[in-house]
Amino acid sequence: MAGTTLLLVGVVLVVVVVFTSSYRVSYLVTDNYKSLNSRIHYYGMFGLLCTGLPVLIIYLLWWLLIPFYFEASVVESLINSLEISPDENLSLLVGQIEIIRDTFLSADLSKKSEVLNQNGKINYEVVASLYDSVNQPFDPETRPLLFQVGYDLWLLEKNTNNTFHLVLFIMMAGVASVYIFKVNPRFKARYYVENIVLGILIAAAGIAIITTLGIVVSMLFETFKFFELHDWKDFFFGYTWAPNFHGDSEMSILPLLFGTLYISIFALFVAVPVGLFSAIYLAEYATSYTRSIVKPMLEVLAGIPTIVYGLFALITFGPFLRDFFGNGGAFGVNWMSDARSVATAGTVMGMMLIPFVSSLSDDIINAVPQSLRDGSYGLGATQSETIRLVILPAALPGIVGAILLAASRAIGETMIVVLGAGAIAKFSGNPLEAMTTITTRIVSQLTGDGDFNSPETLVAFALGLSLFLITLVLNVIALYVVRKYREQYD
Amino acid sequence: MKNEIKISAKGVQVFYADKHAIKNVDVEIKDKTVTAFIGPSGCGKSTFLRSLNRMNDTINTCRVEGEILLDGQNIYDPEVDPVQLRAKVGMVFQKPNPFPKSIYDNVAYGPRIHGLSQSKTELDEIVEMALRRGALWEEVKDRLSEPGTGLSGGQQQRLCIARAIATQPEVLLMDEPCSALDPIATAQIEELINDLKENFCVVIVTHSMQQAARVSNKTAFFHLGDLVEYGDTEELFIKPIDPRTESYISGKIG
Ligand SMILES: Nc1ncnc2c1ncn2[C@@H]1O[C@H](COP(=O)(O)OP(=O)(O)OP(=O)(O)O)[C@@H](O)[C@H]1O
Ligand SMILES: [Mg+2]
Repeated sequence: MAGTTLLLVGVVLVVVVVFTSSYRVSYLVTDNYKSLNSRIHYYGMFGLLCTGLPVLIIYLLWWLLIPFYFEASVVESLINSLEISPDENLSLLVGQIEIIRDTFLSADLSKKSEVLNQNGKINYEVVASLYDSVNQPFDPETRPLLFQVGYDLWLLEKNTNNTFHLVLFIMMAGVASVYIFKVNPRFKARYYVENIVLGILIAAAGIAIITTLGIVVSMLFETFKFFELHDWKDFFFGYTWAPNFHGDSEMSILPLLFGTLYISIFALFVAVPVGLFSAIYLAEYATSYTRSIVKPMLEVLAGIPTIVYGLFALITFGPFLRDFFGNGGAFGVNWMSDARSVATAGTVMGMMLIPFVSSLSDDIINAVPQSLRDGSYGLGATQSETIRLVILPAALPGIVGAILLAASRAIGETMIVVLGAGAIAKFSGNPLEAMTTITTRIVSQLTGDGDFNSPETLVAFALGLSLFLITLVLNVIALYVVRKYREQYD
Repeated sequence: MKNEIKISAKGVQVFYADKHAIKNVDVEIKDKTVTAFIGPSGCGKSTFLRSLNRMNDTINTCRVEGEILLDGQNIYDPEVDPVQLRAKVGMVFQKPNPFPKSIYDNVAYGPRIHGLSQSKTELDEIVEMALRRGALWEEVKDRLSEPGTGLSGGQQQRLCIARAIATQPEVLLMDEPCSALDPIATAQIEELINDLKENFCVVIVTHSMQQAARVSNKTAFFHLGDLVEYGDTEELFIKPIDPRTESYISGKIG
């Protein structure tokens, strides 16, 4: 049974279950609905969930897991064929075979004779015309073995899937008929529907968590591979970042971390005062009319893609700085040779963070109870005294939390530094010099056609994992601080 | 000195946007007495109280007309700085609102911003004096550096009163200061109000007729934004003139 047929039949079945079960319940209840446990539509809803949901889950799991089985069987038959040498790239062959399988699939062939003749050899003419019919270029040089295995794979998949669909349908029909014939007015449909809904919600939350875990695990895996090929002492405690492709690269995270922190701190020095002051203005001074204009504008700023900020840094702000500090610039100094620098990336990143800091701080300042302001005004304090002596101290933990969240965004920011910071890994205190960050190095190690098994590529995962851990710790601290602060007024 | 008029309101009207919350109120509040405002919920007691120290200025939609004279000076005169005014006319709120600072810093808040002390020892004295008059000194003298928010509700309210006293105001406005307190704490505060009238002009809003009768010398009865009746507390409770006052104090309206 093909997938589309199953879908169609399944939908019909579910509709049938919904209507017959509701009908049966209302038919069985004789005492004017008094003995009815739940309202009628809950019986139909439960029917829908108990017939549809398990099938959906099994189906999803199947499509997630079965490709591994198919691939394993392909690899096995390749090895069993004794035609390939040990040093051949198996995954390349598997890829070719999958293309052949796909062609057979879309060519919709139905008879074995169309591809294989009596003694199991490939019928090249037929295959060529098959390829032709689906506009797939046919390469007559392809090894017969691949066609053989591809055909076997196609057949295997077709048969397994058909059997699977059939079993699934039988199961569904079984559940449906049991429910239709057993359901009665005392059945606690509403209660069970409630539980199933809860289950669905939990599963949704679980997916988010599992995804995170999955990302971490895969990063860990690649990181371990990296540390097998590269000395961990050099990575954590080395001094130089100088990857090459001769196999003796020095790759230490420290200069990159230095650049990352330098640029982030620079950005915070821009974002925190401006963001905080604008939050104070918005929360304490602005009329509701001004607020209704300025707040959305700040939010627009937050919605600008970071690549656009990056372009702004590279094309506008960097050259602007160089016009002042560069050779022959307005200040007559020669401190800046490249438009890209810590100051360029840091300032622009700070601009990006302003709305972030200001909207978080705004929320936090607004959460300070009005009664504290009244108390202060009632004692004859001015507005700025009230802000300085009562509101800011009360909001301080929350603001610190907001700054830490901003810092973790700055550390993980990529596009602005890729375009605005430069590519030179070094320890230097001069903010007008180009410097590089962890994120830019991840990008550059993975772009281009490097081999995914060399330490020069795998280092990206070690860098990524380190970055993840740093921002994770920052976020945990920030969330803890913010939550602690919230409790204060609950 | 005792019967001098401290605050005198003439034709005061208060509006919240279009809502007419106080209608043409005339009242004269005497110094060194306790004046109680009573009346059913929503009649405008808090609104009128807040117009006495211009706390209504913090509400955008609020508008006050008429004159309120403090020692003969109209407080709504453009010359008058509301911040200075509020230092003279202190306020204690319905819900205790200590700042999230130490007990000491809470009380020292007003003296510090107004520069009332020249030295640390002088400030210490002011804080101790205020806490003593707020009937809180004995309970907190060993824990002045602990946060004010860690006190019990009744203690917090007395802390807020001490905080208001420390600023050395001339008038103390209290909006239902006992509504969140138990009978014992209420009794302490009432005793405190009784002491305070030796030095201050005290205006208190209350929902409890008994409290008004116990602590006040003068009582004003508000109804739907009107000042219906104003007079000596005893007379107002024993033989009210207006039928609305009569039915309110006998429990028929409100
Ligand atoms: N900020 C405000 N904006 C608009 N209307 C308000 C505002 N504050 C009070 N009012 C209105 O003004 C009227 C008087 O309110 P006020 O708070 O003075 O009453 P009250 O006598 O203190 O009542 P209660 O005894 O319940 O505290 C009420 O009708 C109220 O709805
Ligand atoms: Mg009130």
